[in-house]
Amino acid sequence: MRILVQSEPFDLSKETEAFAAGHTDMGAIVTFTGVVRDLEGDTLDRMVIEHYPGMTEKALEQIASEARARWSLGDVLVIHRYGDLRPGDRIMMVATAAPHRKDAFEAAEYLMDYLKSRAPFWKQEFTADGVEWVAAKDEDEDALERW
Amino acid sequence: MKLDILYFAWVRERIGLPKENFETTAATVMDLIAELRAREERYAMAFSDITALRVAIDQELTNFDAALDGAREVAFFPPMTGG
Repeated sequence: MRILVQSEPFDLSKETEAFAAGHTDMGAIVTFTGVVRDLEGDTLDRMVIEHYPGMTEKALEQIASEARARWSLGDVLVIHRYGDLRPGDRIMMVATAAPHRKDAFEAAEYLMDYLKSRAPFWKQEFTADGVEWVAAKDEDEDALERW
Repeated sequence: MKLDILYFAWVRERIGLPKENFETTAATVMDLIAELRAREERYAMAFSDITALRVAIDQELTNFDAALDGAREVAFFPPMTGG
């Protein structure tokens, strides 16, 4: 299990390659990458992600441990950036390795749902109209109910 | 009891600082909020609607009725937007 919270960009292909290498008993590797997007009609200049050092790592470890307890997983990787990001930049990635794809897919979705509303990150968007904190969505909270 | 109180995102902006050390006799998070609200207008503003806030004690999410017994660090912030 590897959890990284960092301001620097990460190399998606290197991370995926390193994560996938060395398993002979994992039939499925699932990766998800979150990207800063400029919504239609919006003019997103940049995004700043704030986090709670200490709690962030703990929360991500708890979420990843819970995923390992619920599904049959060989390994879990979570990388989440903070600081200054621009449209097209990769914010975060999760990867799961499992003997079977169902576990790998479900665990990756679980990780995403939980780290959206239970990991202490806050996004602030800088657009042509000004600066705004991104509000949490009810649907993100509702998404936790299915687990 | 001396507590480190941390603020994040717009809570930090409204209060105007990220962290402070605060002497309190509050038994619960709600009691602490009442003490903070009474301090200054900026605190009253930040804590005007606690349904818009989340709280963590010693880096674990908790609820507003939670006891502060033994706590070292309390953090207030809006709902999280990771991912």
